[in-house]
Amino acid sequence: MKEFIYGLRRGIPIAAGYLSVSFTFGVKAVNDGIPVWIAVLMSLMNLTSAGQFAGVSLIMAQSSYLEIAAATFVINIRYLLMSLALSQKLEKNTTLLQRLVVGYGITDEIFALASTEPEEIAAPYMYGLILLPTAGWTAGTALGAMASRVMPASLSSAMELGLYAMFLAIIIPPARRDAAIASVVLTAAVIECLLHTVPVLSAISTGFQVIIASVLAAALGAAVKSIKEEG
Amino acid sequence: MSQTEMFCCVAVMAGITYIIRVLPITVFHRKISSVFIRSFLYYIPYAVLSALTFPAIFTSTGDPVSSAAGTALALLLAFFDRGLVIVAAGAVAAALVFG
Repeated sequence: MKEFIYGLRRGIPIAAGYLSVSFTFGVKAVNDGIPVWIAVLMSLMNLTSAGQFAGVSLIMAQSSYLEIAAATFVINIRYLLMSLALSQKLEKNTTLLQRLVVGYGITDEIFALASTEPEEIAAPYMYGLILLPTAGWTAGTALGAMASRVMPASLSSAMELGLYAMFLAIIIPPARRDAAIASVVLTAAVIECLLHTVPVLSAISTGFQVIIASVLAAALGAAVKSIKEEG
Repeated sequence: MSQTEMFCCVAVMAGITYIIRVLPITVFHRKISSVFIRSFLYYIPYAVLSALTFPAIFTSTGDPVSSAAGTALALLLAFFDRGLVIVAAGAVAAALVFG
C-alpha cells in the first residue's frame, strides 16, 4: 500500500503534463473527423502520443490495417527497450499477471521515472505510477475533443502547430548536446521532405513515408555512432 | 470510413502497442546484446518525431506565414531548452499573431 501511494505521488506531475498534451490530441482528432468516443477510447487503449497522432492521420487517409499496424509498430518500437529495461528492474517475485498489467503503462515519462528509482521496483508502485497519468491522458482527450466544437477555427489550427512544437521541444535539446542525435534528426527530416516532394516517391502513403524515413535515419545513426554501453 | 472500421483501427493500434510493451517485460530476462539494435532503438524516437514534424509543421496551420512564424519561434525556444509547455504555447501564440 505504501508503495502504491508513493507511485501515485510520483505520477502527479506526469498526469498534469499529459492533461495538456492530450487536450491538443482531442482537439486535433475531432477536427480531423474522428468521433469523440473513438478519440477517448484511442487514448485509453493506446496511452501514447506520437502513435496516436499518426493513427489519426492514417485513419483519416483511409489507410489499410497493415499500414496502421506497421506504422504503430515502428513508432512504438522504442517501448521494447524500455520494457526490457524494466524487466531487469522489477522485483524477481513479480507474477506474470502483474507484469501483464504493468506492461500496459510503459510510456516514455513513466519509464523515465520508474527506471531511475534507486531500488528495485514492485508492481504496486507501478500501478500507482500508471494510474493518474492514464486518467489525465484520457480525461484531457475527452475535454479537448468536446472543446474543439466551441473553439474558434484560428485557435484550433494554431494548436495543431503546438503539437509539432512539442515534438521539437523533445528532439532539439538532446540534438544540441549530441551531434549523433542531431544528424539522425536532420537525416529523418531531409528524407521525409524528399519523400513528400519527389514525384514518384510522394505517391507513397504518409504512414510508410514516416517508417522509411525514421528507419533509415536511425539505422544510419546506429551504423555511424553506436551508443555507449551503460548499466 | 465507418465508426466500426475506425474502432477496428484503434484496436489494431492498441494490440500492436500492447504486445510491444508487454513482451519483453514478461519474456526476456537478459539484455539485448547487439549494440547495433540497441543503438537503433535509442535513435528511433528522435527519427520518428523528426519525420512526423518535417515537413508537416510548415503546413500545420493551413497558412504558410503563421506556420513559418510558429516554427521559427518553436525552434528558438526549444534550442534554449524552454520545456514542452513554453515551446508549444509560444509557437501557438506566434501562429495566432501572424495568422
